[in-house]
Amino acid sequence: MQTPNVHKSRSFPWHILIFLAPAVIVYTVFMIIPLIDSLRLSLYAITPDHQEVFNGLNNYVVLLTDPRWSAAFQNAFWNNVKFFIIHMVVQNSIGLLLASLLVAGGRARSVYRTLIFAPTVLSVVIIGFIWNLILSPLWGVGESILKAVGLGALFAPWLGLASSALTTLSLISVWQFIGIPMLLFYVALLGIPEELMEAARVDGAGGWTAFWRIKFPLILPTVGIVAILTFVGNFNAFDLIYTVKGAQAGPQFATDIMGTFFYRTFFGSQLQLGNQPMGATVAGMMLFIILAGVAVYLFFWQRRIATYDL
Amino acid sequence: MTATKPVSERLPHTHWLERLAPHFVLIAYCIVALFPIVLIVMNSFKSRDGIFSAPFQPPTAETFSLIGYETVLGRANFPNYFLNSLIVTGVSLLLILFFGSMAAFALSQYHFRGDVIVGLFLALGIMVPIRLGTIGILRMIVSLNLANTLVALILVYIAQGLPLTVFILTQFYRQIPRELTDAAHMDGASEYRIYTLLTPLVRPAIGAIGIFTMIPIWNDLWFPLILAPSDQTATITLGTQQFLGQFVSDWNAVLAALTLAMVPILLMYILFSRQMVKSVTAGAVK
Repeated sequence: MQTPNVHKSRSFPWHILIFLAPAVIVYTVFMIIPLIDSLRLSLYAITPDHQEVFNGLNNYVVLLTDPRWSAAFQNAFWNNVKFFIIHMVVQNSIGLLLASLLVAGGRARSVYRTLIFAPTVLSVVIIGFIWNLILSPLWGVGESILKAVGLGALFAPWLGLASSALTTLSLISVWQFIGIPMLLFYVALLGIPEELMEAARVDGAGGWTAFWRIKFPLILPTVGIVAILTFVGNFNAFDLIYTVKGAQAGPQFATDIMGTFFYRTFFGSQLQLGNQPMGATVAGMMLFIILAGVAVYLFFWQRRIATYDL
Repeated sequence: MTATKPVSERLPHTHWLERLAPHFVLIAYCIVALFPIVLIVMNSFKSRDGIFSAPFQPPTAETFSLIGYETVLGRANFPNYFLNSLIVTGVSLLLILFFGSMAAFALSQYHFRGDVIVGLFLALGIMVPIRLGTIGILRMIVSLNLANTLVALILVYIAQGLPLTVFILTQFYRQIPRELTDAAHMDGASEYRIYTLLTPLVRPAIGAIGIFTMIPIWNDLWFPLILAPSDQTATITLGTQQFLGQFVSDWNAVLAALTLAMVPILLMYILFSRQMVKSVTAGAVK
């Protein structure tokens, strides 16, 4: 970095240090150092007399290959992948649909936008409990609604069944967070100049064609941002599963994802003692997964897509 | 987007059905989004019989009851949880904005050795979730004797909120015309004075960042659960979670607790929603 000569003649720039210090110190001490400490701990084992001994990559090998750990890890990982795919497919496509309708929504659009975004600002704890009540066979609200539209036979205690619990929880999460992709897509769509769409119409493109051939390519950068935000958020999720299903992520770990697996591993639960080095190892794997996702986004998506200056 | 007219005005010949279709879908989705919330609030004002016999009816003279609220306010420590949340969220937010604006100001106004590295270092936390450092944080908080204190939560939330705040504010400070700073320098203003002069100019951004940082802090379950789980220090999110767990079978109390936990954040949201969306829009179209 070339510094202009003027600065050299001046005294040490204390003011820069003072401006930066509080943020850099709090961030370093309470985020970066704990992250590094946690990664360090994942390379150690704790002996029965509470000594930390260096263990190399052994914890990672155990997590990935020892059947006592690897089955639980793979279960949580693949559940998390499923959780993510449901968000990508359902949340982000409905979000895009709502956004494109909003753009055409006329004067009422700010009302729609505000209402649809409302569940997003509520705590996951509240949302989890609300849906727990609605889907409860005890109250029967969900069942009555399905009956009213003639689908009563479909009703089952979805949250309680191993076969449907994870999908149900994913859809609850989709319902809550759909406002975020909607808002981001909406803003991106607003940025497309009307002249461009005008030109397309003159050329005879219908609404559907114009959307996929002109608008969609133009908002690809936002599609990438939404995808990476969803990915990081999903592989870091915890609150919803913990609220509805507890740390055991039942039934039979059918709803276990990386976040709940991490919590159980380091904090312990009714069935197992907490294990900090193994917990740190799970966190290390989560970091690796998230960084891999970010890398795919930065090096494949952002490089490949063409961006247009509007 | 300045001169965009609604599509409907520009295409007078489209079929009325085609023009109304978006509204049908949007209204239908609004119902999907709001119905669960309305159902809970409505039933929280009903007796147990009313909740089960006619869940879709608003409270009537016969079914109206405040028994759930009496249970919640009588047994749980809700006012205390609420106060804890208010302190944690308020103090964290103030310090995030204060420290964040100072750092962003420095990164945008000065060239110094390593400025790019400092910027990237601070931006790291945008993509890497702070939760992954939980074990390190817990060990540090315990060694500092801060377990079960609100201070622990505040420190962690500041660290969590800073990266995005600094990143966004830096871009806003950069947009302020250079002439303004130069003029202030000419008048002999100190660097600190210039910070206080420029910061009001990025106020719209500060408002938006404030809302977007506040919501996750207010709603967080993870760190209160791990760092400050005692009943004395429980935030409203953790307190609600524990209360709901204990009172699962008391439907009146559960519905009342859910309603009480929702109201403050929904009120805030309604008050600020316009500004929130405006700031996102402004950021993208600038």
